[in-house]
Amino acid sequence: MHDPGEVKIPIGPQHPALKEPESFLISLHGEKITASSVRLGYNHRGIEKACEERTYIQDLYLIERICGICSHSHSTCFVQAVEEIAGLEIPTRARYIRTLISELERIHSHLLWLGVAGHEIGFDTLLMYTWRDREAVMDILALLSGNRVNYGINTIGGVRRDIKPEQKEKVLKAIDILEERTKYYIGLAQEESTILERLSKVGTVSRQDAERLGAVGPTARASGIERDVRKDDPYAAYAELDFKVITSDKCDVYGRTIVRLGELMESYSMVRQLIQKLPDGPITIKAPRKIPAGQAVSRYEAPRGEDFHYVRSNGTEKPDRVKVRAPTLANIQAVSKMLEDGYLADIPIVIAAIDPCFSCTDRLISLRDAEKQSKNVVTWESIRLKGIEWYKKQGIDFTILNKKLAESF
Amino acid sequence: MLKAIFSILVFPGFLFLFIFSFVAEYVDRKLCARFQNRIGPPWFQPLADFIKLASKEEIIPLEADVTVFKLVPVFALTASIAAILYIPIGGERAAFSFNGDIIVVLYLLTIPTIAYFLGGWYSRSVYSMIGAVRSLTQLFAYEVPLFLCVLASALLADTWSLSEMANFYNHHPGYWFFNILGFAIALISLLGKLEKVPFDIPEAETEIVAGVFTEYGGRLLALLRTSLNIETVVGASLFTAVFLPFGFNLHHPAAIFLLYLVKVFSIIAVVTLLRSLFARLRLDQMINFCWKYLAPLALVQVVANLILKGILPR
Repeated sequence: MHDPGEVKIPIGPQHPALKEPESFLISLHGEKITASSVRLGYNHRGIEKACEERTYIQDLYLIERICGICSHSHSTCFVQAVEEIAGLEIPTRARYIRTLISELERIHSHLLWLGVAGHEIGFDTLLMYTWRDREAVMDILALLSGNRVNYGINTIGGVRRDIKPEQKEKVLKAIDILEERTKYYIGLAQEESTILERLSKVGTVSRQDAERLGAVGPTARASGIERDVRKDDPYAAYAELDFKVITSDKCDVYGRTIVRLGELMESYSMVRQLIQKLPDGPITIKAPRKIPAGQAVSRYEAPRGEDFHYVRSNGTEKPDRVKVRAPTLANIQAVSKMLEDGYLADIPIVIAAIDPCFSCTDRLISLRDAEKQSKNVVTWESIRLKGIEWYKKQGIDFTILNKKLAESF
Repeated sequence: MLKAIFSILVFPGFLFLFIFSFVAEYVDRKLCARFQNRIGPPWFQPLADFIKLASKEEIIPLEADVTVFKLVPVFALTASIAAILYIPIGGERAAFSFNGDIIVVLYLLTIPTIAYFLGGWYSRSVYSMIGAVRSLTQLFAYEVPLFLCVLASALLADTWSLSEMANFYNHHPGYWFFNILGFAIALISLLGKLEKVPFDIPEAETEIVAGVFTEYGGRLLALLRTSLNIETVVGASLFTAVFLPFGFNLHHPAAIFLLYLVKVFSIIAVVTLLRSLFARLRLDQMINFCWKYLAPLALVQVVANLILKGILPR
């Protein structure tokens, strides 16, 4: 039955609350949410397909560009799978450097999230403060890798850059500053009344629901699920590090904030341990250009949750298939549940609380006719033919050239 | 007659307010930036923004009611400007005054909010309509404590004219201090009126884009922004007259005017400080807060002033 007081409001694909295009259609009764639906697929870039056309080394840089924030997560996850297929055992020093960069990345990602969360609840001062402090870790990443994001530190069989003793000093100094600032934010989150009002009891998802919907990362841990790839299935140097898995039983946005702040403190301690324990030795071993046939699955705890890569090789220098499952795809299922019985004002912070990264998530486009509401799957071959037709119309025709090329062989 | 035209067009009317509102916006933005550890805009930024917006194309949604859509910014602007004529600035006397002008000023200051509601409603965009409903809902929450506080101050002075009120407090130095609770409550209500954090619910950027202003652009948006700035200045001026009425018997008129400016900028600074300290509340939380705490406290101020009126020497 049609409810006369019902308003349908689109959040996205273009909306100030969303940093990437994604569509949430929300039905409202007054300020209350009655129904919500999520639509993905506005930012599909065909990276998986493109990987099949490139060599493993080229793929490494392409994979790194899946995400602007957790770029190291994707590249490490991919390179681990490739190394497993090739049977490469990378040097210990390389494992430590990979872990160091990955923890620094987690620090910068969580600080970024804290600022975004502040902005979503209208607390711009928090945004300005956290992003100012985040510069400290960005500078460190630039110092170690040469880049602020897309570090390009991984290579098949190790890492590309070594860490010098004077760089260690600078890292430790920056970590001291960041630790002090994070303690201040933890105090702020526990005491500031408007933050507590806006975050507590908002976007709740119970432990059972989180498990059923397959939530990962801080979203799952804030619902009391102790799930962390770094502990469950240690990779890189995590088995040799001493750290706790931070969980919270609050199940709401406030719990997710507390978990992320706690993880920041754990990351600082991990960075200190890594710097202290960093062993001597080579940073890379020689890797073959052609990877032997085989397949491998690799898991990695990205700042947003479990990242999952599948690689199948066919003995050539190009992979046969690459499959990426970014953490947001696992968490997005829980968003509809979180929005149930919520208010319009809570939508931005609830969506932001899973720390979404939509462009990493999009794996396909489904084209929909707006009037007929019909769906339509486009195959690779039909896209190719359409491209050829389109260029023909522009006066660019390669058919004769292709024929000549085929004859000459 | 000539004096009246001068009052309306130059001082304290249109021209003065226009320039003053730019300065006020600059002070607000610069202070906010400094509180947030940013550098902030240069001094001419508000003027540059105004010129930029004014030179842009005017886009009106197809479904919008063109007349209302265009008239709303003008209504909001004129109502705020009209209010200043009855507020004593730079002395005991306002440009015009009569017994009962407090009510007129308060209602003139309500007109912009009603105008924003109409503008949002007739924009016919979901975001604007939700913003419009929110701004009206919020109006009913902050208006009562605000009016009660101003009323309490008027009760103590036993007059319905702002100029006479200023006169009374000037001859009874120190009496204004009894209204300090009312002043605090009125300041918080002012945040709601000016739609600033934590009460910027009607134009919550991350939720409903820009609320009632979503569909506005170009010249109309420039006028709307100016009317909001003028509302800030007029609201602060009203507070200087009602809650900070002292120092009117300085020797030089320039000194009195300077003191007025200091008072207004202090109020703006407090508003800016408050808006950089908090997160935005939800509409239901805001209404709860206003009715649970602000309105009862405002009533306490009214009762206290009724008792004080009997005790204090007149």
